[in-house]
Amino acid sequence: MKFTNEQLERYSRHIILSDVGVSGQKKLLNGKVLIIGTGGLGAPAAMYLGAAGVGTIGLVDADSVDLSNLQRQIIHGTQDVGKPKVLSGKETINQMNPDVDVVTYHEYATSANILDIIRDRDYDFIIDGTDNFPVKFLINDACVMLKKPFSHAGIIRFQGQTMTFLPGEGPCYRCVFKNPPPPDAVPTCQQAGVLGVMGGVIGTIQAAEAIKYLLGVGDLLNGSLLTYDAAKMEFRKIKITRDPECAVCGDHPTITHLIDYELKACSFSPAGRHEESKEI
Amino acid sequence: MIITINGKQNSFEAEMSVQELLEKTEVDMQEYVTVQLNDEIISRKDFSSIPVRDGDRVEFLYYMGGGQYKKIA
Repeated sequence: MKFTNEQLERYSRHIILSDVGVSGQKKLLNGKVLIIGTGGLGAPAAMYLGAAGVGTIGLVDADSVDLSNLQRQIIHGTQDVGKPKVLSGKETINQMNPDVDVVTYHEYATSANILDIIRDRDYDFIIDGTDNFPVKFLINDACVMLKKPFSHAGIIRFQGQTMTFLPGEGPCYRCVFKNPPPPDAVPTCQQAGVLGVMGGVIGTIQAAEAIKYLLGVGDLLNGSLLTYDAAKMEFRKIKITRDPECAVCGDHPTITHLIDYELKACSFSPAGRHEESKEI
Repeated sequence: MIITINGKQNSFEAEMSVQELLEKTEVDMQEYVTVQLNDEIISRKDFSSIPVRDGDRVEFLYYMGGGQYKKIA
């Protein structure tokens, strides 16, 4: 691959970094990252990866842009309300950087399609930007089974967390959290709210993990759960270890097929009011 | 005795079980929180039998999702 003059200028601040250089920028341009969920976390992750020149970015989301998304999902604009998020996301990325091949999957990730989506372009790294536990566990299990690295993250109120799974190098999400909590057991952003910047901070950390993985530099959050409390402005990196008895990545896995956990449609919250599904 | 909970030191009068610590500290979502004692995740079935001692480090790790459960089309 030869760089054009425009690319040399566009990526010059990367290229002068000793840990990136021309060869590292080539790795990014040859890199393939799949982002599942184009919401609060996926939006900033996709934008930074696009700007960085990650050559192939897959976006998975069945939702369309809603006005209430725009407080934090900065890849979408007012003119995009009603448009499929993957399409709006693709347009934003390509306006920033025409080098990027944005592949859109206008569907929810399920046990029936997730393996095919990951295999579609043989993605190098997966970012979990989803808003619900059944899909978070689905992504974890699929990545463990396909031996694909991925970044988990979650945000609520002024809190966020993220960890990175590298096959054979530390714990998976299920080592820490065994099963999805029952629906309604854990507050959601729609019930509890979320500070708009949380997705920006945590989603950008996910993008940094993907870029470091593609470059092969630095230490990743494998074996650590990073928590961020924006109210106290406190980051904590908690050491976590692989569970040899983990149901999916353990020495004798009992989960060998993907599971679609029941997705209760939250028609009734504890307060009894009607709620519609929303992206974080 | 001093127990470090999520990075902060807390003082307690007597040794107690993990379950008693959860109750005493009024941890959120006690039924769903993951408990790590000195870097090792504790099985929920052992909460009542495993003691927390002076100098121990405890991490309460919470589920953090985002949006909410929704129907898959």
